[in-house]
Amino acid sequence: MAHATAADHLQTSTGLDNRKLLMWLFLASDCLFFGSFIAAYLLYRGRSVVGPYPADLFDIPFTSVSAFILLMSSVTMVLALAAIQRGNVRNMRIWLFTTAILGTLFIAGQVFEFTEFNHEGLSLSTNLFGTTFFVLTGFHGAHVTVGVLILLSLFVVSMRGGIQQKDSLAIELAGLYWHFVDIVWIVIFTLVYLIQP
Amino acid sequence: MASVAVPKRSPLSEALKGVRLSAADYGSIWSWIATVDHKRIGILYGVSAFVFFMLGGVEALLLRVQLAQPDSGFLDPDAYNRLFTMHGTTMIFLVVMPMSSAFFNLLVPLMIGARDVAFPRLNAFSFWLFLAGAIFLNASFFTGDILNGNLGAPDAGWFGYAPLNLREFTPGHGLDFWMLGLQMFGIASLAGGFNFIVTILNMRAPGMTLFRMPVFVWMTLITSFLIIFAMPIIAVALFELTFDRLFDANFFNAEAGGNPLLWQHMFWLFGHPEVYILILPAFGIISAILPTFSRKPLFGYAFVVFSGIAIGFMSWGVWVHHMLTTGLGTVANSAFGVTTILIAVPTGVKIFNWMATLWGGSIRFRPPLMFAVGTVAMFTLGGLSGVLHSMVPSDFQQQDSYFVVAHLHYVLFGGAIFGLFGGIYYWFPKFTGRLLNEKLGHINFWLMFIGFNLTFMPMHVSGLLGMPRRIYTYNGEMGWNLWNQMSTVGAFLIALSVLVFLFNFFRSLRHGEESGPDPWDARTLEWSIPSPPPEYNFKEIPTVSSRDAFWHQKYREDETGKIVPVLAGGAVDDEAPEDEAEGEHGHGIHLPSPSYMPLIAASGFPVIATGLIYDYALVPVGFALILIGFFGWVLEPATEEE
Repeated sequence: MAHATAADHLQTSTGLDNRKLLMWLFLASDCLFFGSFIAAYLLYRGRSVVGPYPADLFDIPFTSVSAFILLMSSVTMVLALAAIQRGNVRNMRIWLFTTAILGTLFIAGQVFEFTEFNHEGLSLSTNLFGTTFFVLTGFHGAHVTVGVLILLSLFVVSMRGGIQQKDSLAIELAGLYWHFVDIVWIVIFTLVYLIQP
Repeated sequence: MASVAVPKRSPLSEALKGVRLSAADYGSIWSWIATVDHKRIGILYGVSAFVFFMLGGVEALLLRVQLAQPDSGFLDPDAYNRLFTMHGTTMIFLVVMPMSSAFFNLLVPLMIGARDVAFPRLNAFSFWLFLAGAIFLNASFFTGDILNGNLGAPDAGWFGYAPLNLREFTPGHGLDFWMLGLQMFGIASLAGGFNFIVTILNMRAPGMTLFRMPVFVWMTLITSFLIIFAMPIIAVALFELTFDRLFDANFFNAEAGGNPLLWQHMFWLFGHPEVYILILPAFGIISAILPTFSRKPLFGYAFVVFSGIAIGFMSWGVWVHHMLTTGLGTVANSAFGVTTILIAVPTGVKIFNWMATLWGGSIRFRPPLMFAVGTVAMFTLGGLSGVLHSMVPSDFQQQDSYFVVAHLHYVLFGGAIFGLFGGIYYWFPKFTGRLLNEKLGHINFWLMFIGFNLTFMPMHVSGLLGMPRRIYTYNGEMGWNLWNQMSTVGAFLIALSVLVFLFNFFRSLRHGEESGPDPWDARTLEWSIPSPPPEYNFKEIPTVSSRDAFWHQKYREDETGKIVPVLAGGAVDDEAPEDEAEGEHGHGIHLPSPSYMPLIAASGFPVIATGLIYDYALVPVGFALILIGFFGWVLEPATEEE
């Protein structure tokens, strides 16, 4: 996965790997991205002129379970990184795959939730709640989907022997992204589902 | 010397028949398409930006012809709206930003003593995605019935205010092309921003501490941070607009309880940092030019750098001064009025430092210095009229009048464009090996300087006389005729100056005086290598022990404090590296291989955008292209294996 670039021959000025610095900068930038959508959601909270309203639709126990699944996927992600840092490729594969499965379960939960809401009369154009809710959580879901794709790609590459102990950075970077997406969900789950006006 | 970079191709690019890159076809078109060399990408950025500069200029000329006399019927109101929208959007996103990117690409690695940027293929991806977005945006012209004179371009202004930008008020596809084109452009800028931050923080030559970096590199760093934090905000605003226009969402729909002002807040929260994204690179350029031509180090280096950082932070706290008349209340208006006054302080600090740099220097008035001094003077005027807008009652008078048009052109043309032209005159010899003609350079400068002031100075007056901006015509008895005629004559003088520049450019490419590596007796590392620089930039990575590193290789102080040349100091070694001869088994310089993947990945974006507007079937095709590009990218070797 991680191939030598021209930069690898030199030590970097900060001592931090170029790719790791890139990932941190991307995540910093992504904070503004989610921050703007969350701001729009909060601005429009309680301002819908027609229903259905959040209280009519939210199934907190169900979403709590899917949030729990996503949180647990961060644990398995940490285990995958710990495994490859010890050189245990087999365990890394198992945990990578588990993380991807948990992520997929979360997405499945979201698809189910979106369909349910839709059946109960909420669409993108119904009211402000529909607009801001679907777009905010939809973009989060897209982030998780990209994450699952990255995890599965890493899994396939590792099945072909492409990831050894020295390549642990690739897993670390995927992990940084995965944990970030997880943290964003904690914020969204709290602000959108738990704290209602 | 190019043979150090024998490319290693991925299976996919291998499949592209007839495409074999080697040292022999360094000049072939395929070698440009697959290039990951920062210097070539810089040239591609520069040339594209200049083409769009002329396009945006022609749009401006059409507007000026229409306004040259009252009740003119040269353009109909609809075409006028589309042309001023495209003029603003083009000049900001397709000219000043990519032209600045051209300089980042050309100069940053050379100035910090690196062989390339941190992520060469990401860099190529940035360029191709910028170009895709730019072409996509301009393709909007053809969505109308162009043969009957109906252009199809967007018509909601470069700021695209809600609710004017909604489908109800702007039917047709022009604005769809605008929002999706800008989205692509934003992603390209983000990728570039990440790349340059990592490059500057991580790829500096030994001894090149942050506070030994040339000011231009500092300004690039600050601009890149502004880009990575400002672009996500406009991306969200554009996504919201996209959902509103294409999928009937309600973000800006007042009927459903939505607030159109949300668009203005997001647009200007991006838009004001954007103003500094546009001007800081020019500040960096003139901070390189002024010391060279006054033969003195930059006065107050630390002040210039820290005031740049201060501007970077403060630019996040002034956006409401674009919205003082939207009724946010006296508290908000006063607070943002005060922050707007405050941000003038670090800018003023820079201006005084530049003047102090010239003070007492042995000044050589060569074309780059003319443009740099022009930048300082014109930007100061623009800054002063800007401070007037921070006075809220005064702003209520000036809002949406030609006074604002005058102000923003003094800042962005008088500041940014003059600075960028200075940069072209200054670094042209570095990348071509030839000097631009001196006499034509002076003609270019004076024509542009006079034309610029003739165009925009009268706009202050027409604005104060009450002429609103964005009107397609006016009554002859308003007292605006003379001022508008002056502006139109000035605009054509600017156009003439650009033609002089083009003539100079193409003539000097072939017949210009040979420059040698260091024609200006300059101070920074890029002048320590041959002109044009070899593909690998530095034969040996330099070790830096002071600011103005190259100057200190050339000169030292004797016992009396006099500056004397160092014997054989600054000699440029233009022999190719010896280890090249050792071939692939030596420890030659390994450069990143050319790659088609960035182009393939970038090409997916306009396909998705076209699909969103016309036929959803194209959307998965676009995503597939992006995936192929990225997977190919990750799986192909970045450099030739040893």
